[in-house]
Parts: sequence; structure tokens; C-alpha cells
Amino acid sequence: MSEFVQLVVSGIAAGTIYGVAALGFTLLWQASGTINFAQGEFVMVPAFAMLFFLALGAPLWVAFLATCVLSMLVLGGAFKRTIVDPLLRHGVIPLVIATLGLSVFMKQGVKAGIGALPYPFPSVFPPGQFALGGINVSFADVGTLVLAGGIVLGLQAFLDRTMTGRAMQACAQNGDAARVLGIDVRRMTLYVFLINAVLAVVAALLIAPSYLAKFDMGETIGLKAFFAAIIGGFNQTRGALLGGVLIGVLENLVGFYVTPAYKEGVALVVFLLVILLRPEGLLGRAEERKV
Amino acid sequence: MNARADVLPTGLRSPLPRTRLRVALLAVAVVAFAALPLGLKSYGTYLCSLFCVYLMATFGLNLTVGYAGQMSLGQAAFLGIGAYVAAIGMKAGLPFFAMLPLAALACFVIGLALGFPALRVQHHYLAFATLGFNVLVFLVLRNEEAITGGTFGIRGIPRPSLFGLSLDRDLPYFWFTLVSTLLLIALLGWLLRSPWGRAFAALRDNPIRAESLGINITAYTLLAFAIGACCAGIAGAYFSSLVGFIDPAPFNFTASLLMLLGVIAGGAGRFFGPIVGTIVIVLLPEWLRFMQNGYLAAFGVAIVALMVWLPGGLLSLPQRLAASRGGRTIR
Repeated sequence: MSEFVQLVVSGIAAGTIYGVAALGFTLLWQASGTINFAQGEFVMVPAFAMLFFLALGAPLWVAFLATCVLSMLVLGGAFKRTIVDPLLRHGVIPLVIATLGLSVFMKQGVKAGIGALPYPFPSVFPPGQFALGGINVSFADVGTLVLAGGIVLGLQAFLDRTMTGRAMQACAQNGDAARVLGIDVRRMTLYVFLINAVLAVVAALLIAPSYLAKFDMGETIGLKAFFAAIIGGFNQTRGALLGGVLIGVLENLVGFYVTPAYKEGVALVVFLLVILLRPEGLLGRAEERKV
Repeated sequence: MNARADVLPTGLRSPLPRTRLRVALLAVAVVAFAALPLGLKSYGTYLCSLFCVYLMATFGLNLTVGYAGQMSLGQAAFLGIGAYVAAIGMKAGLPFFAMLPLAALACFVIGLALGFPALRVQHHYLAFATLGFNVLVFLVLRNEEAITGGTFGIRGIPRPSLFGLSLDRDLPYFWFTLVSTLLLIALLGWLLRSPWGRAFAALRDNPIRAESLGINITAYTLLAFAIGACCAGIAGAYFSSLVGFIDPAPFNFTASLLMLLGVIAGGAGRFFGPIVGTIVIVLLPEWLRFMQNGYLAAFGVAIVALMVWLPGGLLSLPQRLAASRGGRTIR
């Protein structure tokens, strides 16, 4: 029983990280119709950027903040200006291919420039475990849960409660109507890209200690983020968190009780079930087809 | 979707007087390509054969994506299924020409099954459903060691012989693959000019209108997947015989993304788009090798640049130039 609970707890912790990456993915889709196939690499590159700042002698929090700024400039602003903006009017597929090319570039660029070896990454949380009602829980799991969960819920509150957040939602739902109401749609869209860039850095900070920083770490994270986003409901912010947690927990359980060989397949099976039974996602609202 | 406007089937757009010129040019190109490996070493011949194999798969994918408008990111899985079916059968002593239809049939049936999610969801959902299917197939190929050999793969896959002529040497096998590819392309060309082809385009442009005109969109959606998959299955059989060794690596989802790129880079829904696109995905990385370990990164940049400048694919370049000369902007 205690091992079951431990698996669930560490699964939830891993799942919240998927949720953070998935959230950025969902926001980009809502705000600009961008399916970012480079989302996993958007997590991988900041992990290396932080390692770079750490190697210069900066403490972890300085490295994190510096990377956030850098990420907002490059993965937020520059990504939007040079790739998304020119391609948006051509529909979904060219943008999919372009972000795909971007992911190849980032992955292979890191491999060529830094190397193919995994690099250890310091944890923000102290090592060790503590007992909670007879169950051993690691500080890292609890810390991840609190931090990632807090960020997702905080972002949700920002989107629902503040003027800016509501304006951003309005742009996502109907850009033309939002413009008529005097909302600066371009600015709001830019905010979404900046938020996504920061979320990617947070996901990198949380996931790199256990995954290690490696040029192809983004493949797994990116896929999990996609699946989490769709399982939870593409048009729902909370859905990303729910989808991520569901994947994290089920993966741990299947990996332990059934077979580790098909651990990677769990997300897919849940995803296919959701697609077939409830295509709008667990928390999503159905979107109507247009003629 | 305004991206749809410039992806009409080429047959509907090309003015008639130029047809004869086109055919002549095409014939010259085919003969030149067939003669090309005579001046190449064995790796060059291998690349030419590989190019043909991918061409079969991307032509099939172009039918699914470009003509029927169904997102598919699972083409490499079908290539893998075809390759493994053929390899396992041939290792058991069955002839290539018995395994080829079997590989095609297996992919056709599985492709039909994969079409079912497409009946419920579209666009990005479908992209991930097919991507998920690809990952699942990859896991099965990697984990079911008893059947697929796992990560060790299957070695020593023989090459076929045709009318008593051995195709073991690289050059005869290339010509054999090339002729097969041309036959497959001709078959697809005939299919797309038939009423079926028009029905696929109708399905892509407006499924609801197509349905109201009496097109059975369920059947055509499933068929679009099944035929595309079938082409990849055939390509897979040629692939395993060409390389002689298969493991799961060439069939992961990245390969599917590359094949989709092969369709889009040339121009989706243009009949000869996959030829240009497959040059980009098979040969461009080889040409970029002079950059040594950064060549794949350069390949990534090239893809992004291509999409930003020519979202309609390389074959939209003449139109684009004509439009800018006429002072109009093309969308």
C-alpha cells in the first residue's frame, strides 16, 4: 500500500511538470493557433542556458532569472516575430512544419555545439525524504508539486481575475471582437508567448534534475505535454494540469505493476481513449464545426 | 482556409498545350535519373534507391495529406510495418513477391483502422492521434523481441530475383526499385484523375459540402488513410530488402515528421510535390554534410526558412514569382 501511495505522489509530481509544459502549449494554441512542435526543445534549451550561467559561477536563482529574461527575448519575442507572425495566415500546417524544423535545429545545434552526453543539473530542493504517516516522501516531489501546482493555479487566477488576463482570454476566443472592444490583440498575443517562454524555463528547472540535461530530452517532454494538453482539454487551462497529472500517475503505476517496457505508451492509450470517447478533452468544451 | 486555394490538383490547373512538353521533360528526367548511379559509387547508388523508397511513401502520404486533407504523422509506422512484415516473411523463406502484397495489405487494413479517429477529430487532434499511433508501433517493434528482434533488429534480409535475374547487386536493385516506384506513381496518378481523386479533393476542401453532394465521406476518409498507408507498406518491403537490416530506429515518429515535411516542402496536393520534397529530406542532409556535425542543425534552419518564405512549398515558387511580377501579392 505504501509503495502505491509513493508511486502516486511521485507520479503527481512528475505530472505537474508535464502540466506546466502543456499549459504553455495550450496557451499558444488558444492565443495564436500555433501548434508548437518545438515545445520540448523550448524546455531543453533553457536547461542548458541555466547550466551555462551556473558554469560562470552564478547561483541557481540568478541563473534561473537570467534564463527567464533570455528565454522571453528569444523563445518568446523572436520566435513570434520571425516564425509565427509571417506564417499564421497560411493555416496550421506550414507552421507545424516550421516549428518542426526549429526543433531539429535546436536539438542538433545543442548536440553539435555542446555534445550528446547528459549533464547533471542541480536540484532546487534539498535532497532526502521525510516520513508522512508511514510513507516516505522526497522533498523534491513535494517541492515540485507545490511550485508547479502553484504556478498553474496562479496563472489560472491571473487569466480569470485580472483585466489583462481576461483580455487575453477574449483575444483567444474571438480576436476580431476583442479588437472592436479596444483590446490590443497584438500585445496580448505577445504576452502569451512571453508566458510560454517563462513556463518552459520553469519546466526545465523542475525536470532537468531527474531527466538530466541532454540534447534530446525535449522529445519525451514535448510529447507528454501535447498529450497532457489534449487529454485535459485543449481549450481549458486547468485541463493541462489534470492531463499532466493523469499521465504522470498512470505511467508510474503501469511502469511498476505492469511492465516498464510500455511505460511510454500509457500517455498514448489514455490519449486515444479520450480522442475516441470525448474529443474535446476531459475538461474541455466542444467546439462546433463550421461549414 | 486560404492555404487551400493554391493546392488544387495540378491536373486541374495545367494548361493543355504545355502537357506534351511536360511529358517530354519528365521522360528526360527519369532517364537521366536512371542513368545517374552509373557514375556513382555504391553509397550514391544506395542513396538513389533510398530516394525511390521514400518517394513511394511520400506519394502515398501526399494523397492522405495533400489531396484528402487528413493530417497524418504516422507514415513511418506504416513504412516500419511493411518493412517488418516483409523481413520476417523473407527470413522464414517466403519470396519477396509473396511478402510485398502481404505488406501492402497489412498496412491497408491498419490504415483503415487508423482512419477511424479521423472520423471524429481533425487537424491537430488527428496529428497527435497518428503521432501516438507511430510511437505505439515503435514501442511494439522495440519491445516484442521474440517477433521483431527488438533493438537488435533483423539481419541478413535477402534481395529478390526477377525472372531468374538476381537483384543482389546494387545497380539492378536500384533499377528494379525505380521501375516499381514509377508504376506506383502512375497508379496514383490514374487514381487521382479518376472520380475518386475528385472526391478526395472535395473531402479536403469542404467535408460537409462533399457529404451533401452525396460523397460518402466516411468511406473516403478511411480510404485516404488506407491507400496512403498501403504505399508506405510497399515502400517498407523495398526498404528492408535494400538495406538488408532493419531495426526500429528509422521508423520512429521523427521519421514521420520528416515524411510530412517531404510532402509540404514540395507543395501539398501538387502531384509532383513529393519528388521535390523527398530530395529535400533524403538528399539535402547529405549535401550539407560538408558542415560536419552541424549539418542537421543547418537542415533545421533550412526548413524554417523555406516555410517562412514559401509556405506553399517549393513548387509554388513559379506562381509566386509570376504573382510578384504582376504586382499582386499571393496569399
